[in-house]
Amino acid sequence: MNRRDFLKGATSLSVGASVLPLFKILPASAASQETAVVVIGGTINSLDIHRSGTNRSSYQVAINCYDRLVSFGTKKMPDGSLSYDYNNVQPELAESWEISDDGTVMTFNIDKNATFWDGKPVTAHDVKWSLDRAVSLGGFPTVQMKAGRLSSPEQFEALDDHTFRITLPFPSKLALPDLATPIPIIINSQAAKAKATDDDPWATEYLHRNPAGSGAYKVARWDAGQQLVYERNDNWVGGEIPGYQRVIIREVPAQSTRRALIERGSVSASHNIPNKDAKELAAKPGVKVVSTPIENCIHSLCTNLEFEPFKDKRVRQAVAWSIPYQKIFEQAAYEQGVPMWGGTDTVDKIAWPQKSPYDLNIEKARALMAEAGYKDGFEVPLSFNLSHADWAEPAALLIQQGLADIRIKATIQKIPGANWRTVALVEKKLPLHLENFGGWLNTPDYYFYWAYIKGNLFNSYNYDNPEMAQLIDDTLDMAMDHPDYAANVKRMIELAFEDIPRIPLWQPTLNVAFKDSVEGYEYWFHRQMDIRVLEPA
Amino acid sequence: MPPMLDKLRKVAFRLLQAVPTVFGILVVCFLLTRALPGDPAAYFAGPMADAESIEEVRKTLGLDKPLLVQFITYVGDLAQGDLGMAVSTGQPVISELASRLPASLELTLGALVLSFMIAVPLGVLAATRPNTWVDHICRFLVTAGVSLPTFFTGLALMYVFYYLLGWAPAPMGRLDMMYLPPESVTGFLTIDAIIAGEWEILGAALAQLALPLITLALFTLAPIARMTRAAMLQTLGSDFVRTARAAGLSGHRVLITCAFRNALLPVVTTLGMVFSFVLGANVLVEKVFAWPGIGSFAVEALVVSDYAAVQGFVLSMALLFVALNLLIDVIYTLIDPRVGEEV
Repeated sequence: MNRRDFLKGATSLSVGASVLPLFKILPASAASQETAVVVIGGTINSLDIHRSGTNRSSYQVAINCYDRLVSFGTKKMPDGSLSYDYNNVQPELAESWEISDDGTVMTFNIDKNATFWDGKPVTAHDVKWSLDRAVSLGGFPTVQMKAGRLSSPEQFEALDDHTFRITLPFPSKLALPDLATPIPIIINSQAAKAKATDDDPWATEYLHRNPAGSGAYKVARWDAGQQLVYERNDNWVGGEIPGYQRVIIREVPAQSTRRALIERGSVSASHNIPNKDAKELAAKPGVKVVSTPIENCIHSLCTNLEFEPFKDKRVRQAVAWSIPYQKIFEQAAYEQGVPMWGGTDTVDKIAWPQKSPYDLNIEKARALMAEAGYKDGFEVPLSFNLSHADWAEPAALLIQQGLADIRIKATIQKIPGANWRTVALVEKKLPLHLENFGGWLNTPDYYFYWAYIKGNLFNSYNYDNPEMAQLIDDTLDMAMDHPDYAANVKRMIELAFEDIPRIPLWQPTLNVAFKDSVEGYEYWFHRQMDIRVLEPA
Repeated sequence: MPPMLDKLRKVAFRLLQAVPTVFGILVVCFLLTRALPGDPAAYFAGPMADAESIEEVRKTLGLDKPLLVQFITYVGDLAQGDLGMAVSTGQPVISELASRLPASLELTLGALVLSFMIAVPLGVLAATRPNTWVDHICRFLVTAGVSLPTFFTGLALMYVFYYLLGWAPAPMGRLDMMYLPPESVTGFLTIDAIIAGEWEILGAALAQLALPLITLALFTLAPIARMTRAAMLQTLGSDFVRTARAAGLSGHRVLITCAFRNALLPVVTTLGMVFSFVLGANVLVEKVFAWPGIGSFAVEALVVSDYAAVQGFVLSMALLFVALNLLIDVIYTLIDPRVGEEV
């Protein structure tokens, strides 16, 4: 008996799909009104985002299977596509919330209709346990919580079953948005505690394989290294009931295979496709490509201030004037993205990212090199992360040519993904390298915090300017309507362009290819597929 | 001593001989993985980790202890059958190996059987009719087989048979999404489907298997066909064949019993060698066809310095080769007329 016959029998007995041990899976080529198939290049290595070692592709489970207290609304992009809206915080599990006048106490009223998959109501105690877990487990979740000024279990309090209070050490504009990131998920604490042990009080072993949430989708099946199958939770209260009954995430490592699958219509969507494919697929019938500029993210060339010649600001500026930006945008970005060069001389707005004042101008670059005493140039290795070779390799080659014009001899160095983190971000010892940091929380000061303060992870070039550090410190928690906010951010941008340790090339896009019959896709800062909004046309 | 018991004793002795080799491999592999430049703690701590959380991860992974302590813990765990956790995939190494090794073996063995069935008759024909059209076809296939990289053949086959013609199913792993895998007994989907009597699933598994199998078979055709041809030429020109012919044995009998049986020895040796390099070389085929095999697992683990996973992979390969060498020796005694006469 095959699956179809089995299910025919099952439906005639009117057994709900949720209680079936197995479920009907349609052929991919007939991916129907009920089932969507999404192919990804990465692999999902855990169903628990708090676990140490959980990789980026796995964040989607936190997004689709769990709820947070709050979420973001939706906005329409200039090209008509949809994006989350950072400035519009919306309820997810909390139906309402109040923030005290001094901005340090946030009180959330939890939706009384919300239940976990096992039917147990969601209470403030679950919220308390879940947030305690995020700040206690260490590693990435704890760092991300800290970004929202949430660092200790003492800050979280369940006032009664449905009222939850967060106390901040000082008011911060980052606290509420941070609660909408994939990290502060609300876990079914009873289910988890039942599986906790003395060695593992936060049930990481159990939740690693068995999500226990209240979210829009449950995990019906996880074949590690192959596929993840989501099944809709029809009792979800966190938002509108999703359009697909079932979504299959299939791991296909080879990019050319993923492209063949979407082009032939075997799958509903291919997530995160390279720029070249985005450009070419957009022209094919039956396939549509949504490309969204990634917020708060810039592909940049970084000059390490510990490398002798780059200690001189003029040399860094000379490098910035010697880059063939337009060619790079055409040959490395395939014109997917937003140019980040050729802006005005003065900073007159605080939007970020914004165009730098630099452009290709060899005369200017040579003059600056001569002024700095490097008329005859020098040699420098130019490094990039092999995992980013699709854009970094062509960009590096063009930069190499540009630098040759001002007598800087750059030798290209490719560094494998695992070593990259250690060498570039932790040890910070690459003299000249390509980098692509993007911040989850979408304010300029948050970007500057990670990338322009000495010692912070994405300041891979040892930039150290007391004025910048002071500005960031003053501004990071400041409300965006504070009178000083705009002036401070403007000054940060001026400094970033004047000192130019990080030379912006272009703002990249997240490209997703869809079959024509799939609607509703929305871009999110976490760059994972939020399957909850997808629907059949 | 009865001959059977004697043989078993020899096998046991051979296995015992492998113990120091395997232990040596363990030590070397342990040291080599630690010598890799990457820092797994920094990698697995995640995108935003600070120095503190990297240290926490290092502690969880047990990498803060001295090398010797780490090694003793590793061997201790190994003795209890615990290969550790593969951090990169979030699964215990042992369960990864249990699910991925059969996937790779199914592919590799299938490809070898297919190429053996084509290459041996082709080689024999080419040897008996040198410089005729059969010989030329053999030469062409062999040259094409070795010179085309597997990922290219794989992509080309996929392009023609899936993308253009639509004959092959979507290249998305071992089984189409319509089916659930049969109950796992051997881990070989085809065999499990036969055991469960699920003929439709067998068909589906074979359909998924077809393109990667042909890709790998084309690649392995070359050494086997060349070796068969060369060995056959040599034995056909040797004294005992001439004697057999002079003694009036029929041409057919001379070819099969005298020449072919002797020529098979180097072919079997080649087969063993081909098996070992194909198991490594099918990484690319696994990637192209999204095959959840051991090769892609090992490469990914190596890229992110996932120590436990790499060690588990190397250990399983070492054991596999010990078994393979033994098997080849046993096959030798079966087909080698000289060994056969002794028993």
